[in-house]
Amino acid sequence: MKIAESWLREWVNPDLGTADLAHQLTMLGLEVDEVTVEGEGIEDVVIAEVVECGKHPDADKLSVCKVSDGGAELIDIVCGAPNARVGLKTPLAKPGVKLPNGMKLRKAKIRGVVSNGMLCSAVELGLGDESDGIMELPADAPVGSPLVEFLHLPDAIIDVDLTPNRGDCFSILGVARDIAALTGDELRKPEFASPEASIDDTHPVELVEPAGCPRFAGRVVRGVDLTARSPLWMVERLRRAGLREIHPVVDVTNYVMLELGQPLHAYDLAKLQGPIRPRLARKGEKVVLLDEKEVECSENTLVITDDSGVIGLAGIMGGLSTAVSDQTHDVFFEGAFWPQAFMAGRARAYGMHTDASLRFERGVDPEGQGRAVDRAVQLLLEISGGKAGPLVVDSAAEHLPQRAPIRLRRSRLEHLLGARIDDDKVADILRRLEMRVEDTDGGWNVVAPSHRFDISIEADLIEEVARIHGYDSIPETTAIAETPLAKVTETLIDSEQAAATLVARDYYEAVSYAFVDAEINKLLTGVESQIVLANPISSEMSVMRTSLWPGLVAAAAANAARQQDRVRLFEIGKSFHGSLEEREEIVRIAGVATGNALPEQWGAKTQAIDFFDVKSDVEALLALAGNGAEIAFEAAEHPALQPGQSAHILRDGSVIGVLGRLHPRVAKAFDLKRAAYVFELDALAAMRSAAPEAESVSKFPAIRRDIAVVVDAGISADDLVRVAQEAAPELVQSVRIFDVYTGAGIEAGRKSVALGLILQETSRTLTDDDADAAMAGAVRKLKDEFAAELRD
Amino acid sequence: MELGELLAAAASEIDAANDLAALDAVRVSYLGKKGELTALLKGLSQLPAEERPAAGQEINKAKQVVQQQINARREALEVAALEKKLAADAVDVTLPGRGYSLGGRHPVSRAMGRIKAIFRDAGFGVRSGPEIEDDFHNFTALNIPDDHPARAMHDTFYFPNGDLLRTHTSPVQIRSMVTEGVPIRIIAPGRVYRCDSDQTHTPMFHQVEGLVIDEHVSFANLKAVLHQFVESFFERKAELRFRPSYFPFTEPSAEVDVLWGEDSWLEILGCGMVHPNVLESAGVDPEKYTGYAFGMGVERLAMLRYGVTDLRTFFENDLRFLGQFR
Repeated sequence: MKIAESWLREWVNPDLGTADLAHQLTMLGLEVDEVTVEGEGIEDVVIAEVVECGKHPDADKLSVCKVSDGGAELIDIVCGAPNARVGLKTPLAKPGVKLPNGMKLRKAKIRGVVSNGMLCSAVELGLGDESDGIMELPADAPVGSPLVEFLHLPDAIIDVDLTPNRGDCFSILGVARDIAALTGDELRKPEFASPEASIDDTHPVELVEPAGCPRFAGRVVRGVDLTARSPLWMVERLRRAGLREIHPVVDVTNYVMLELGQPLHAYDLAKLQGPIRPRLARKGEKVVLLDEKEVECSENTLVITDDSGVIGLAGIMGGLSTAVSDQTHDVFFEGAFWPQAFMAGRARAYGMHTDASLRFERGVDPEGQGRAVDRAVQLLLEISGGKAGPLVVDSAAEHLPQRAPIRLRRSRLEHLLGARIDDDKVADILRRLEMRVEDTDGGWNVVAPSHRFDISIEADLIEEVARIHGYDSIPETTAIAETPLAKVTETLIDSEQAAATLVARDYYEAVSYAFVDAEINKLLTGVESQIVLANPISSEMSVMRTSLWPGLVAAAAANAARQQDRVRLFEIGKSFHGSLEEREEIVRIAGVATGNALPEQWGAKTQAIDFFDVKSDVEALLALAGNGAEIAFEAAEHPALQPGQSAHILRDGSVIGVLGRLHPRVAKAFDLKRAAYVFELDALAAMRSAAPEAESVSKFPAIRRDIAVVVDAGISADDLVRVAQEAAPELVQSVRIFDVYTGAGIEAGRKSVALGLILQETSRTLTDDDADAAMAGAVRKLKDEFAAELRD
Repeated sequence: MELGELLAAAASEIDAANDLAALDAVRVSYLGKKGELTALLKGLSQLPAEERPAAGQEINKAKQVVQQQINARREALEVAALEKKLAADAVDVTLPGRGYSLGGRHPVSRAMGRIKAIFRDAGFGVRSGPEIEDDFHNFTALNIPDDHPARAMHDTFYFPNGDLLRTHTSPVQIRSMVTEGVPIRIIAPGRVYRCDSDQTHTPMFHQVEGLVIDEHVSFANLKAVLHQFVESFFERKAELRFRPSYFPFTEPSAEVDVLWGEDSWLEILGCGMVHPNVLESAGVDPEKYTGYAFGMGVERLAMLRYGVTDLRTFFENDLRFLGQFR
C-alpha cells in the first residue's frame, strides 16, 4: 500500500524525519518496502497561464503560445501538447531549469519559432507514470508561484508491505493509529460531521443473508453536478496512492477507502430496480462487471442483487448495469461489512484482485461503515453539490463480531517474552492501542477495539505489548537447559559421508528439481510417474521423479554441451514412488559420469570412462557401510541402459540399486555424444551399517598361489571366485582376479582368467603340501563346474 | 722398497682409484695375500730375532694406515655414486600430480552442512519429513485454516487429491512433536516448493526449520539463539534487527534482518513463539509449555555467505559454477 507522507502527517505528526518515520513503521511490523520522494528538484517550476495560443506555421502538432508567469512580459513557448489552450494554468519550466528526467532547458528555436521554456506534463515533472498532455492546474492556481508550494511537494511516497493479519492498517487512519500508539503523538482525525439530510430519500436494503452481510450502510445523494471534477488535492492524493482520477463519485469512494479503510461502492440510483439484497449467489447466475467482463458466480460468493438479478460481486467489483457514469444525477452509496470468512480466496477464484477485495479479505472494521458513507457523502456534496438523504444502517447484531475480554497475566507476559515490563507501561501500551484495560489480580482484562479483529488470545496481546515496547528492548538470554546427549548411530551411514566419498572421487554435487517431464522420466526409468501435479509451472516440471536420473542426465548433457570433456555429477535426494494414495518417498544416491576417465594429465593416457571406472565409485560408496553385507552385481536389463553393460546392485540378495551405461538411444535423446554411465542406490538400504566386529589377525604367514584358467566368455568372474573359494573355505582367505585375457592363443568365445589365491591358517604355518592340495581342489572344482582348462 | 716409499706409493694409488673396482685392486696389491705389505710381514723371519718385534709393529701400523685410507676412499666413492644416481632420478616437482582431482559439494549443501553443524553442537536433533504433505500438516495444524489469507501467499503446488508439495519445513514441527513429545529441540532441513518462478524465486528451494519447546522457553532465548547462529554462520560479529511480523503459527512473530554493509538490512529468517493452537494441534499443553520456532532459507544464506548473486544458478548445475565451492 502506498501512502503519501504529507497525508499521513495530517493525521499524526511525530517529530521524526522521513527516514526515521519509515524505520519506525518497519519496526512496528508495517514493513516499508520503498520510499520514493516526488517533487524534488523542481523548485523553480512555476505556475503559468496560457494567454495566447495559435498554430505553429510549420508544424501541425505544435502550438505557439504566449504565457504569463505573473511578470510584466509574456513568454513565448512552443508546445506540443494537444491540450494547450487559452486560459489553462499549467507548470512552466524556464530556461536554466533542470527537470527530474535530466532535461535542462535552454532558449530554443523550434521549427523556426522561438521558445523560452517548456510547459510540463506530470511525467516530465516526475509526478506519476502517465499523462496525456501538459498538467492541468485548477483555475485558482496562483500564477507565478512555485508549483511545489501549490502541490505541497516534495512528498515521500511510502510503500508499506502489510502482513495478512493487519487489515486494520490498510488506510491512512490505520497506519496513523499505529504510529500514534508507538510515539504517543496525538491522532488527529479530520473533523467532519455527518452531513445533514436535506431530503428524505432512502433506498431499501434487505439483509436476507445476515451472516454474509451483517451490516449495510446506505445513503442517497440526488442531483449531483454532472460537470464537476474532483479537486486537485484529492486527485493528487489518489495519484500518490497509485489511483487515477475517474469521476467525482468514484474518486470519493476511493478516497474514503484510502483514508478510512472501508471500501465503498456507488450505484446510479436510477438504474437500481427494487431493494438491494446481498446474498450468496445461486447456481448459474451471471453478472457483467465494471470491467465489462461477464462472470458466472459460484455458490460460495456473496453477490449484490436487486429485482433485475445480480448487480455486483460483493466486496470485489460492482456490476456494469448499475454503474455511475457521466450521466448520473442520483447516487446511492453502499458501505457494507462483508466478513472475512465470506471473502477469503473468492476474488482469486475469479482471477481478480481489487483494492476492495484485498481489504475485505484481510478484514475491515465492522463499526466503520456508517462513518465511511457519511464521509463520502460529505466530500461529494463539496465537489458536486446535490442533496443528501439520511444515513440508513441496517445491521444484524447477532452476526457482527463480538469482542470478548481477554485475560492477560503478568506472569505469562514475562515468561513468554523473557523480559519484565512495568505494569504501568503495559497498561499504557494497551490503552494507546485503543484497548479497554481493566486491572485484575495478576494482570489485566483487555477488550480490543473493533478494528483489531486479529486479537483474540493472550499471546496476541503479548505480541502487541512487545511490538510497541520494541522487540529491540527485549534482552538476549541464553537458555540454561539440560542437554541430553545426542544419539549417534553406527547403524546408518550419514549421507554426508556418502557425499564426501563421491567428492573425494571427483564428483560434483548437483541439486535438481523433484518435478520433471513425464516423458523424460519414463525414458530414463521405464516407469510412468503416477504422482502428477495439478498445477505445474510447466509441462517439463509436471510429475514427481521416480529416479534422480532425469535431472542428473540433463545436467550432464548440458555441461558436456558446454565443452566439458569430463562430467561427473551426483545427487542425494528423494524420488517418489507408487500412487498418490499409496506413495513412498525414497532417498537415493545417484550419479552420472561421461567423458574421460581421468582429468587430462601428462602422466596417464587419455581414455574414455568405462563401466568399471564407475563401478569402483559405487563399490567405494558401498564399502562405507562396511563388510557386514554381501554385495553383488548381477547382469540385468534396464529400459534406459545398454544391454550387456547394465547391472543390478544387490545387497544380501536384495536389489538396492542399478548401474550401467546409458543406452545409445537414450544418450542420443539427450544429445550426449560420449558414453555416459549412471548409477542409483537406495540410500537407506545401501548405507545400513553395523559397528565392525574385530577378528584376531593370523600370526602365521600366508601363501599365494596363482592359476590361469580358460573358460567360456559367459562365465562370470564372481562365479569363478566363489567356486575357487569354496574349494577350501578354511584356507582360502581371498581370491583376486589379476588378469582377464582374450585374443591370440585363446579360442573365440573363451577367455583366460588369472586368479590369485591367498591361503592361510590361523593356528599353524601352512605347508606347501597343504597349499598344493587346496589348489588341486580348486582346479578340480573349476573344471567340474565350468569346464575350465588350466593354462600354463 | 723402503716402508716409507711403499706407503707413499699406496696413498697415491688409492687417491687415483676412481671406482670401487680400482680401489679393490689397490687393496689386493698391498694388503692381499700376495700384497707388498703382506710380503714384508712374511720377510720378518729373516731379520734377527731382537729386531723383529719393532719391525713387525711398524709394518702392522703401515697396514692399518693403508686400510684406513682405502676405507675413506671407498666411502667417498660410494657417496659420489649415490649422488650421481639421485641426480639422475630428479623430477620436475612442478608437474601436476597424477590421478583424480577433487569434486565438490553443492553450495546449498555446504551452507546446510554449516547450519546443521552449528545447531547439532548446541544439542539440536536433526529431523526430516515427507516432501509430499497433506493439507493438515502443511496448513491446518499450523494454524492456517481453509481460506486463511496466508494460504494465498504460499503459491502451493497441489496434487489432484488435495495433497501438496510442502511449502515450508514447518510440518516437521508438528510431526516431530506428535511422535517425540516435548521437551524437544530440533532442526528440520529440507527441500520445499512454491509455485513461483522468476529472477528471485525458484519453484524448489531449501529451508531449515527450528523448534524448541520446554517449560521455560522465551522470546529472549530465541533472540539469543538466532544472534549466536548468525554470528557463527558468517563467522563475524553481526548486528541483528528483530521486527514484528506475522506467521499464523507463531505469536509473537518476528522477521530478522542482518545489517549488511554500512546501512542495508537484509531479511534472513522468520521466527516467533509457537502459537498455542499449534501446540494444541500437536497434543502439547500450551499452558505448561512454550517454545520458539524459526525458519530460514538456505539459498538466501548461501548467497550471502558465498557471494552468489543469481538464485537460479543454484539449480543449473553448471560445473563452472559448482567448481567454485571446494
